[in-house]
Formats: sequence, structure tokens, C-alpha cells
Amino acid sequence: MREITIGQYIPGNSAIHRLDPRTKIIITFAFMVLLFVIDDFAGYAFPIIFIAIASLLSGISVKYMLRGLRPLIVIIMLTFVLNLFMVKGRVIYEVGPLNVTYEGLYQGAFMVLRLVLLIVGTSLLTLTTSPITLTDGIESLLKPFSKVGVPAHELAMMMTIALRFIPTLMEETDKIMKAQMARGADFSSGNMVKRAQSLVPLLVPLFISAFRRADDLAMAMESRCYRGGENRTRMKTLKMTRGDVFAFVATGFLAAGCLASRFLW
Amino acid sequence: MSIVVKNLTHIYMPGTPFESVALMDVNWIIEDGEFWGLIGHTGSGKSTLIQHLNGLLKPTSGEIIVDGVNINERGVNLREIRQKVGLVFQYPEHQLFEETVEKDVAFGPKNLGLPEDEVTERVREALDLVGLKYDEIKERSPFELSGGQMRRVAIAGVLAMRPKVLILDEPTVGLDPRGRDEILGQIVRLRERQNITVILVSHSMEDIAKIVDKIAVMHRGRMVESGTPKQVFKNREALASIGLDIPQVTHLMIKLKDKGKNVATDVFTVEEAEAEILRAARGMGHA
Repeated sequence: MREITIGQYIPGNSAIHRLDPRTKIIITFAFMVLLFVIDDFAGYAFPIIFIAIASLLSGISVKYMLRGLRPLIVIIMLTFVLNLFMVKGRVIYEVGPLNVTYEGLYQGAFMVLRLVLLIVGTSLLTLTTSPITLTDGIESLLKPFSKVGVPAHELAMMMTIALRFIPTLMEETDKIMKAQMARGADFSSGNMVKRAQSLVPLLVPLFISAFRRADDLAMAMESRCYRGGENRTRMKTLKMTRGDVFAFVATGFLAAGCLASRFLW
Repeated sequence: MSIVVKNLTHIYMPGTPFESVALMDVNWIIEDGEFWGLIGHTGSGKSTLIQHLNGLLKPTSGEIIVDGVNINERGVNLREIRQKVGLVFQYPEHQLFEETVEKDVAFGPKNLGLPEDEVTERVREALDLVGLKYDEIKERSPFELSGGQMRRVAIAGVLAMRPKVLILDEPTVGLDPRGRDEILGQIVRLRERQNITVILVSHSMEDIAKIVDKIAVMHRGRMVESGTPKQVFKNREALASIGLDIPQVTHLMIKLKDKGKNVATDVFTVEEAEAEILRAARGMGHA
């Protein structure tokens, strides 16, 4: 369970780490959209170069980023296999009633590459941005929408709390699991029903502790007079710097490249 | 039943930026029937070490031999090891989950596949061992008990497995002084009645010095001292340098000695100290 790297923050002070979270969120979105603009393999050169440069600047190895793919390997494989068999075209191999086509192979590889880039690109955001800064960025980006009734601050606060408690709950799960295993519990064998039943000794204590924590936290916040977003000031205000301008310019080049690859050649 | 730890090293999340060495080349021999205190600061590796003793964690390198069996070899029945080596975690009351106390304590024995009457017999015995009355408490929900009672029910949950070695990780943490003394007293009595091997993990010398036979000291993933309290407390400076202190009464005796009084300094309890001071005072009176 601790092997999951997606959504995990690696502390650092690189150029990428120091970028304004809003910049990183906007660029990540742009990156995702641009990936869908590309329509042939040659076009992928641009996002690959973009990721390579960002990875170099961030000091996080590509190898580590690719670890984030591990939990999603099933989805990736499924995408490939479905494309391989479902796309009609020139048959190059026959497996019973199914045909592997040249177009299927091409389309499958193309989709897999798109998925991989999508995951690596977005994980670069979470790997270099602490959850708290990330929610600050989201809150700031959502602020204009609060006029039409989007509770930007409350959403951001909920996200901050949720993100803050993921590691705590993981640790807690680990601990309770071990405590029950020490009493002879078995979480990994038996049929579906047995396994579902074996989760009761884990889930009941976990929920109880989550509710207790929620109660404590609410009490602690109220006793410090917390109430909503109005008139609250921040300890760290977000500020765009020259690095952010560079990042946007680089993204501009990426966009130009992707668009050119689609519409010009 | 003996446990031998040989060259045990444990590294958390190797190969990631979060890699950290939790245990480094630990060697430890626990003989049958011994009463050990395992002491060290938060993060010194105590909890990691004890989780190896019943196979909850796998060593990065090294061996754990329980009763002559290397528990990390293929084909070893870990459930059997976990029955023999009972482990009570920190804040064990956080693991309670059943509707009634009886059902919760029965969880362990039931997992062992014991017949119904045997399970009931063990639940009764385990609750009795922690000083709770079976008939009064069996139908109550564990969540409506007091903190101290919840902890005792949770400890009973491990005792019901009838372990040969009992490991308790900070069993007194978060309890008031009376609750603390009660739990410690029960552990001592339990050991006398059941004649089992006990390992008591703590960060407080005060708590364990007076009841254990032997002390092992952990510091930054290494076992830096192990032996009888007398042997361990001799290295007062070494202990002080890693931020651990000898019991206050021992301090007092050392001060008295420094003042020129003729008292022994290997005293760890208030009662012993009283006797020793009286002895010294009488001795002087005669002289």
C-alpha cells in the first residue's frame, strides 16, 4: 500500500517546486488538453521533451515517476488489448475469432503512450507541489466562481483536510491490520465472502478513529474561532515570479508544437 | 520458549527518496521465562524490532529464530508463531471492534479454530487475568467502558491466545498513575501465574527498572546496551548521552554516596531505597 507514488509529494526546492501552484495547475490542464490534440506518434516528441526538461529541473527521476504507473497497469494493459482486437483493418495475426490488425496495433500503442504521458504529466504536479500549496492554488483559481455560488474556500478546506489525513489513515490502517493479524486474523485468503467478512475487524476501528479525529479537529478549529473564508488572510500569499513566466512561455512552445503537428503536417 | 535475533537489519521503503534505516545489525537473545524491558526514545526502532518477533515485518537482512525455527523461511505457519508470540500494540483499545466484550476477546481464539467451550473458557480466563469479572462485563459493549478498562479488554484479547511470549508496546501510555500501576502490577502477577516470557517496551526507565530482570536499550536503530538493570545502569554517562535517565531513586542513592554516606547505588525501587538507607543509618548509629 505504501508503494503508491501517485499523489505523493516529494519535498524539494527545485525550480519546478518553487513555481506558483496556480501556474502548475494551469499548465497541467493545458498539457492534458494538448495531449488530446496530437494525432500521430511524431507529435508526441513535444510533450516527451517537455516532461524530460521538467523532470530534469525538478530533480525527480523519470524512473520514480514511472512507478506511479504500477497501480494503473491493469487499465493500461486493458486499453492496449481492447484496441489491439477491436480496431478493424489489415489483419496481421489471427487468434481464434479475434483478429489482430495493423491499425489496432498502431492505435493500441498510441493510446498507451497517451495514457502514460497523461499519468506522468499529472503526477509531476503532485510530486512537486505540497498538498497544502496545491489546495491554496485551487482555492485561488476557483475564487472568481464564488460569485456564482461555488464555495471555493470550503471546497479547498475540505480538500486540505482530506489530503492531510490520507497518510494518517494509511498508518492507522496498517497498525490496526497488524494488531488483528497478531490475534490470528487473515486478510488475504479465502473466498470473496470470507475476505469481505475479514474486513470488519479492520473497518470498524478505522471508522471509529476517523470519527474521533473529525470530532477533535472540529473542536480544535472552533476553539480557535475558525469560520469560513470571509476576511481571512494568509500566512503565505501566492505570488507569480519570473520562473512562472518562463514556464508559461515553455508551455506556449509546447502548444505551438502540438498544434503544428496536428494541423500543418 | 526462546527467541534469537541475529544480525537483524530493517530498511523502510528501500530505493525511494523516503528510504530510512529503522534497525541496524541488532542481536538479541531472549531466554525462556525472562522478563525483558526494551527501552529507547520514539523512533529508536523499538516498535519495528518487536514487530519482527512475530513475523509482522520481514527483515531486510538477518534472522529471527523462535523456538528453534527461522520464522521467515518458506512454509512456516505464521499464525502459529503469532499464537505463541502475543503482541499487544500501543493503544490496543483502538483495535476493539465487536459488539460485546466477550465477542471481542474471543476473536483471537476463534481464529485459532478452537471449539466453542474452549473459546469461552479462554475468554473467562483472559478477562480474569487482567482483573475484570467475566460475568459482569461479558455482555457490555467495549466502547462504553472507561479507557483503562478498554485497554485491559484489549490486552485480554491477546492473552486469550495463550501466548508463550507476551510483548507489550507501551502498555501504560496515556493512563493516569493509578491505571499505570494497575497494568504494571497485573503484568507482574500474570508472569508469576503463567510463567511466560515477557517483553515490556517503554521509554521510561522509571516504569520498568523495578520489575524487569533484564533491560535492552535501543538508540537510532541499534541495540546499544543489554543486560541486567545493574549492568545497564552502570553506564550512567552512556545512557545520559542518548537522553535516557536512570530512575530517580537511583539518582538519590548516588548523591547520598557522593556525600560520603555508605549506601549501595544499585537500588531501583523506593522500597529497596528505604531499606538501604535505614540499614546505612543504623550502621552509622552503631559506629
